[in-house]
Amino acid sequence: MNFMTEWVYSETVREHFTEPKNLWKKSENFEPSGVGEVGSLACGDQMRVGIIVEDDKIKDIRWLTYGCASAIASTSMMSVMVKGMKLKDAYQITPDVINDALGGLPAHKFHCSVLGDKALRAAIDDYLEKNNLDNPYKKQVAKVICECKNVTDQQIEKLVKTGKVKNLEELKQQTSYGTGCGKCKAKVADLFNNYMHLYGKEED
Amino acid sequence: MNREIYLDNNATTKMAAEVIEAMRESENVYGNPSSMHSLGRQAAQYISNARDNVATLLNCNSEEIIFNSGATESNNTVFHIAAQLIKQGKGKRILTTSIEHPAIIETVKYLKKEGLTIDLIPVDQEGRVKTEEFKKLLSDDVCLVSIMAGNNENGTIQDIKKFSSMTHEVGALFHTDATQAIGKIKVDCKDWDVDYLSLSGHKFYGPKGVGALFVKKGAPKKTFINGGHQENGFRAGTYNTQAIYGMGVAAKLAYQTLEDETARLWKMREALRKGILEKIDDVVVNGCQEHCLPGTLNVSFERVEGESMLLMLDMKGIEVSTGSACATGSLKPSYVLLASGLPVEMAHGSIRFSFGRFNTMEDVDYVLEVLPPIIKKLREISTR
Repeated sequence: MNFMTEWVYSETVREHFTEPKNLWKKSENFEPSGVGEVGSLACGDQMRVGIIVEDDKIKDIRWLTYGCASAIASTSMMSVMVKGMKLKDAYQITPDVINDALGGLPAHKFHCSVLGDKALRAAIDDYLEKNNLDNPYKKQVAKVICECKNVTDQQIEKLVKTGKVKNLEELKQQTSYGTGCGKCKAKVADLFNNYMHLYGKEED
Repeated sequence: MNREIYLDNNATTKMAAEVIEAMRESENVYGNPSSMHSLGRQAAQYISNARDNVATLLNCNSEEIIFNSGATESNNTVFHIAAQLIKQGKGKRILTTSIEHPAIIETVKYLKKEGLTIDLIPVDQEGRVKTEEFKKLLSDDVCLVSIMAGNNENGTIQDIKKFSSMTHEVGALFHTDATQAIGKIKVDCKDWDVDYLSLSGHKFYGPKGVGALFVKKGAPKKTFINGGHQENGFRAGTYNTQAIYGMGVAAKLAYQTLEDETARLWKMREALRKGILEKIDDVVVNGCQEHCLPGTLNVSFERVEGESMLLMLDMKGIEVSTGSACATGSLKPSYVLLASGLPVEMAHGSIRFSFGRFNTMEDVDYVLEVLPPIIKKLREISTR
């Protein structure tokens, strides 16, 4: 019997990991019109994305990633996918789409791919803000509050609004927020209290 | 690239040729060692031979060796014994360290849920047990103290003789998980004066799935796996003759080669440590450098994540492990490195190189040739 040694991830992940595309090399004089950075070294991954925008399109993109192979490959794949894309469309890109393009990541590695699109949106936000342009996209997209567990503000809002969670403990049970690096805890508590107030709910 | 530089010997080891040979020799010994007839008695002799070999390695009596499935079972058994003793009113607490193997850490979590009081002894920045803190936690209501001999991640060695003596002063029992120490440093049950000691065959060039628990004569015993009367009724289950015999041969080898092996492993480890510090900037060597398992080198590289390094090294045929969260499948990096006060981001960037008897100085040279460009490349990709 011969059990072949397969690589741990897909061949596409391997390619983007070993030969990252659109890498932001220090030697290259890349002058972005917008820059976004998300994540932290303590969390285990951090990404910085720079974009050049022309005619409402992403003309060029560069990125840097501190993280595992999945994180590096995800950012690289994202950069390839959004190059030439309209800002409107690029803003809507989700981790699922990137994940599919990579040939799928194992379930426990999915959270490694959730930062690339956020860094991109942060870069677009930065570009619009710098140029005093209206940001019509921001409102439509849910904001991730807990990055480790990918919990969004809209998710928390819905759970509070529908009465599915009545306190922070229940919210934790439902979403696992704050069980990764724990940095989001205060932010989630604030948001939770705001929504409770907004929808006139009493803490139980 | 067909090179295979296996530097993950703390995870498991390749079986020694002598072990493989012995296991082949015994592959047709199919009698049940518990049977009274000739075939059974023949098989029992293989078990008996292995028992003597393991006892010689540990400097204890053969009757004090109990064969089982490995150190995880040994550790569970010892904590089970302590839990039973506490139930009977013999002491109230168990003490262990914050850097034990999951076989103990998870058992502790389970027993805590069952209502037992278990206190964790903290370690210092080198991963060494804080003697003063240990003293504070020790009192005559302690039933069992369990401190590992050498740590699997950073290699830090504890002063087992001193801690067992302190433990016995308050009348408690002492256990050490010596899984990583066997075959690397001298493990002496009499000199250390331990009541219980755990080991696994596959960490010292023996087969997987077999191990032993040393129980000092007179120390309390409680059956953990119930069934047949094997091991004097202490551990049921038909003997895996071939594996036990193989482990015995591995123990004999370890006993014969220990001194040379300790020196050889340390030489390779030190050459790698010095080479890395010389060739790569922003590196921290983890654990205690004075009291360290000879083949273990744990290094953190700033601004680089561990899994990335591991996979890049793997593509070059070098097999290592990392304390990064991404490789463990959780979101938190190595609790051992964190307990020793290492910042989270440095724990994410840690790599463990663990040498074994099949490594040579050429392996060190190859790693030192391959590693610097990998770190350089990943740092070029990194945000910091």
